[in-house]
Amino acid sequence: MPIAPPSREEHGLHTDMKTRVISGDLLRGGREASLTRWKKHRGRYVDWCIVGFCIMGAALVGITVLALASMATAELGNPAHLLEVALSSEVIHSILLTFAAGANAVLLLALFGTPLAYVLARAHPSRFKGVVESIVDIPLILPHTVAGLLVYLLFMRRGWLGAPLSGIGLAFEDAYPGTVVAMLFVASPFYVNTMREGFEKVPVHLENVARTLGAGTFTTFRTVTLPLSLRHMYNGAIFAWGRAIGEFAGVIMIAYYPFIISTLIYYSFTTDGIQTSRSIAFTVILVSLGVFYLLRRMTRCLGRHDDRV
Amino acid sequence: MMAIIEAHDITKFYGNLRVLHDVDLSVGKGEILALIGPSGSGKSTLLRVLDLIEPANGGEISVFGIDVVQERGRWLDLRRRMGMLFQRPIVFNASVYDNVAMGLRYRGASGEDIERKVKEALEAVGLSRYIKSKATDLSGGEQQRVALSRVLVTDPEILFLDEPTANLDPTSTATIERIVTGLNREAGMTVLISTHDLSQGQRLAHRIAVMIDGTIAQTGPSREVFREPKDRRIARFVGAENIIPARVVSRSNGFTIVEAHGRQMLSATPPPAEEVEMVARGEDISLHRREPEHEEAENRFPATVTRIEPTAPFVNVTVHCGCDLVALVTARRAEALGLREGMEVWVSLQAKAVHLIRR
Repeated sequence: MPIAPPSREEHGLHTDMKTRVISGDLLRGGREASLTRWKKHRGRYVDWCIVGFCIMGAALVGITVLALASMATAELGNPAHLLEVALSSEVIHSILLTFAAGANAVLLLALFGTPLAYVLARAHPSRFKGVVESIVDIPLILPHTVAGLLVYLLFMRRGWLGAPLSGIGLAFEDAYPGTVVAMLFVASPFYVNTMREGFEKVPVHLENVARTLGAGTFTTFRTVTLPLSLRHMYNGAIFAWGRAIGEFAGVIMIAYYPFIISTLIYYSFTTDGIQTSRSIAFTVILVSLGVFYLLRRMTRCLGRHDDRV
Repeated sequence: MMAIIEAHDITKFYGNLRVLHDVDLSVGKGEILALIGPSGSGKSTLLRVLDLIEPANGGEISVFGIDVVQERGRWLDLRRRMGMLFQRPIVFNASVYDNVAMGLRYRGASGEDIERKVKEALEAVGLSRYIKSKATDLSGGEQQRVALSRVLVTDPEILFLDEPTANLDPTSTATIERIVTGLNREAGMTVLISTHDLSQGQRLAHRIAVMIDGTIAQTGPSREVFREPKDRRIARFVGAENIIPARVVSRSNGFTIVEAHGRQMLSATPPPAEEVEMVARGEDISLHRREPEHEEAENRFPATVTRIEPTAPFVNVTVHCGCDLVALVTARRAEALGLREGMEVWVSLQAKAVHLIRR
């Protein structure tokens, strides 16, 4: 049950994108015109297949809507309590911490994941490449608790990496670096795979043009490939960030403290009871929706995807 | 002539697919060499290998006298002395100016230098008025001219052209050909052009290399490649209309007498074998109303017109004289002769236009 909020949030992100694409295609270009046309032909032909699909889809979307509605009615019925919880320094601090740790993880991913994605995109198929791809995907298929345990065992004080790093003063257990590294682990496939897709879409042809004009490998990457993949990079970063800030089980194993938002909700659910945790959750929903909406809006100013090849 | 590119025994694989094998090629400084061959014969791959974009899997290559297999570290420097124009016009979604400036920026040229050279290069391809336009808004032919000036602005010593005019209108094609031949004459630029347009190869090149099935089958001056193909595949590719099995009968006065379907013919080629194939180009076969004088040609004989096929501006005329021969006649000449099927005509064919290859 406590793991539900992050995955629901993820779903929200996905469906949000998909419905936008579909509605953009179907409804654009004169809703009224199509309505009168529909009236004229009403009763003549009904595609029962599509109607059936819509009903089944509505059941799925309905669950999300109902869940949000039930929470919203309860919360909006008592705005004073909601406001009190939302503005408490504990909640604000936790939200900021979660977002910052997520951003930090994404920055590290951009630094290390981008080169990996490029190599994977350009490498010829081979057994070794297949193995690396599978390793990249491991966090996707593991239960989150297993991921958390893996991270904990490696980065704990006596872990293979935790021990030497704590020697130079970098502690992971119950500390900010622990949160970041756990988020990094679970979010990495989202970033790497999206970025790789972007690189794969840049034709080798374009790189060859740059190289024949005298650019070295890195210059080609910097001036041609990366600028043409900016949109994918941005999308990958958003996916990864969304995944990172929603993480719970992966993080608590190594860093129960400081409270990230999912830990805080779980903690207040088990101690203060349903009312407080519900208010925090509702606040998080509002903030997340707002932030993701803004980030999506910003995508539009990005990318040179109309390059002719 | 000093060789600027020397390639020996090159092999190239894509996975299990062998695209190049046993490629031997030498390109002289200041030469225009045309690489002709059917699509998929490996022309583009060879150009990419020679331009040092892709490594070969085997063989020896030296460019500018430097062994590039040994000196992998110098590839970027060497590549900066060469340029390549691709088949599809590729421009980046930026201004024409920025597109043309790319190569200079990669070389770290100064701002003034870039501006001066870009303006010159655009002037040369006749696109000065588009300097501020977005390159992707231009037409295909204009884009290819932008791409050409983008290469030329870097002053390459060797220019590779990979079917540069395959998708272009005749005007843009002519512009590009004019610029390339001009640079070759005036600046001594070495040019390697791949094309499947035979006439373009003949028009531009000093020397032609025929590429078939991943290897170079024949090199030589265009007259030699077109009139004296080494084997059947080359003969077919260079468009010899008549490839007829024949048998060597005897040799006299420097001529070889061959017999095909009971018709004896003289050839100037020494017999390569007993069983041969006779190769003759359609345009070398002349048709006449009356028996031609003997100065006209060594081979003269009557024949019957069996098929007339107009392919403007020429007419393919098939005549039967024991064997079937296809003659290429101008439309005007066909009219003057009053050609029609079933008509009796005289055929003349010079002995040196009858080439013999091993069967």
